[in-house]
Amino acid sequence: MPTSSKKEKLIDGVIPESKAHDLLYKMVLTRAFEENAEEMYGLGKVHGTMHLSIGEEGVAAGAGPALRNSDYLLNTHRGHGHFLMWGGDLNRMMAEFMGKEAGYCRGRGGSMHIADVESNNLGAQGIVAGNLPISVGVGLSIQMRKTDQVVLTLFGDGAANEGAFHESLNMASIWNLPVIYLCENNQYAMSMPFERAFRVEQVSERASAYGIKGLTVDGNDVTAVYKAVSEAAEQARKGDGPTLIEAITYRWKGHSKSDRQLYRTREEVKKWMEKDPIKRFAAKLGVDEAGMKDIEKKAKEEIRKAVEFAESSPEPDVNTILEGIYA
Amino acid sequence: MRELSYMEALREAMRQAMEKDDRVFLIGEDIGVYGGAFGVSAGLLDEFGPKRIIDTPISEAGIAGACIGAAVTGMRPIGEMQFSDFVVIAMEQLVMQGAKMRFMFGGKAEVPFVMRLAGGSGTGAAAQHSESLENWFVHVPGLKVVMPSSPYDAKGLLLAAIEDNNPIMFFEHKVLYKTKGPVPEEMYTIPLGQSHVVREGKDLTVIATSIMVSRSLEAAEQLSKEGIEVEIIDPRTLKPLDEKPIVESVIKTGKAMIVHEAVKTGGFGGELTAVIMESEAFGYLDAPVKRLAGLDTPIPYNRNLEYHAVPQVENIVEEARKLVKGQY
Repeated sequence: MPTSSKKEKLIDGVIPESKAHDLLYKMVLTRAFEENAEEMYGLGKVHGTMHLSIGEEGVAAGAGPALRNSDYLLNTHRGHGHFLMWGGDLNRMMAEFMGKEAGYCRGRGGSMHIADVESNNLGAQGIVAGNLPISVGVGLSIQMRKTDQVVLTLFGDGAANEGAFHESLNMASIWNLPVIYLCENNQYAMSMPFERAFRVEQVSERASAYGIKGLTVDGNDVTAVYKAVSEAAEQARKGDGPTLIEAITYRWKGHSKSDRQLYRTREEVKKWMEKDPIKRFAAKLGVDEAGMKDIEKKAKEEIRKAVEFAESSPEPDVNTILEGIYA
Repeated sequence: MRELSYMEALREAMRQAMEKDDRVFLIGEDIGVYGGAFGVSAGLLDEFGPKRIIDTPISEAGIAGACIGAAVTGMRPIGEMQFSDFVVIAMEQLVMQGAKMRFMFGGKAEVPFVMRLAGGSGTGAAAQHSESLENWFVHVPGLKVVMPSSPYDAKGLLLAAIEDNNPIMFFEHKVLYKTKGPVPEEMYTIPLGQSHVVREGKDLTVIATSIMVSRSLEAAEQLSKEGIEVEIIDPRTLKPLDEKPIVESVIKTGKAMIVHEAVKTGGFGGELTAVIMESEAFGYLDAPVKRLAGLDTPIPYNRNLEYHAVPQVENIVEEARKLVKGQY
């Protein structure tokens, strides 16, 4: 777990106070990014699809920030928050979202494949559970290079029902690989409710099938996620293998742009909106309504500038269309 | 020159690559104590230990993912699909992840790994252990596809593949494993994307891959006695494809026949045909391009049926003769 040099107050005994305020800001920034993304989509300024994590910001705030810069991230399709929390630059992120040359992936990847290999951010993921087998390789590589890095592998409840989940968790467990499996259980795999897709009560119960530690935490509680990820990292760095963490949360918006949300009730969504991870974390930090207004204003201004940057950035030159396929 | 079997040549390439570079390791099913289902990695466990000769559970997607994840973080893995047919279980990882990672990330990642696959029929292994699936991967931008036909090429191409910074599908042939040929002791590479004129001739160009190269050579010796001289070209890498020697040869002979084991429909022969038709060789053709390939059937178990499902020497002789004599 990262330690601070001074005797700084720890929120819930785990997150240094100044860092916690930074995370709160990034949660607000994530939401502002996604609200803006939705708006731009509506205005026809971006095309394709996007997966919004509004309502799930607590998981992102507690996950990446509990790790070190030298660690690895394997993100999901619903990964804007995780990208920002990993230290993503908003301008280059916005440029990628808008398909511009200045984007992280030169406009080739978009929201669903955004990556920054330089910062060990090994990319968002368009295939459910597609990153799980890759984490085995990253873990092996860490073990062979004899570093104390770990890899944080994110996925949703839907991914836990893919075959790749089994192959990956089994291989990581038999070889004690330094992998942190973090399942964001947001209750629905597109329209399929958790209850109809699982016989077990919790995804984390499946850890026992691999002889590894599994736990379920409140994904809308930043410190609970942070604590779980920190402990899993500590265990992994010691060579004691992977952990399966399940973070319970809820997606406020549809799965993607095609979603008419016929599979759930407004009441259910409202009930979860009352458990807003941002409001909860702000209350924990003692940030009042006026304080939040200031933060939101600052975030919106930062988003506005990023949009300005991205909009004024050049489109990729069509003559470069075949670049970047082979090394 | 010293002779090695195709299998020994592959093993020597892996041994030398692992001795030279700590980042190279081998991962697959039963490759350790067992030595691989066909014995290709026999003895390597004793030399390099279980940290570099990694036996896996039966998890093909996991093996492919392990290669991709290790490659993108600085290692140079060699994965093994015990039978090339099993690659279907790893398709998502290879096609959606390994092949596209560099591109999706704006050209900012390198994914250097080799996936070795034991392919081909002729061992009585029936429909799920005998396929030739190389052309599926030719269709995927981001992958390279290699098919050695001799012990010499097996070693040189594998060493080149290990040094390459891209994901490479390396299709070996089970029936070739025990065939022998001259192989230099030192490390050498055969550049990927370099077709090889295996035999020179003036009457007909045969473009053959993998085991069909040796069958075509045998056929050419028989045809030579009839006064028909066949030129044989082995592309060696299907992707990238070195078109020039093929086009030049067809210009010289005016006739082209493609021989491969994979089923004809949707096979690499169609691609090669198009390459010829789109080239300046088109105007020199004095017969239609002929494809001699596997029948459109899964590989049958019965020995005789299996034999007749894919091109054999006598089929090559007959079809080549007809083509040269204008009987098409």
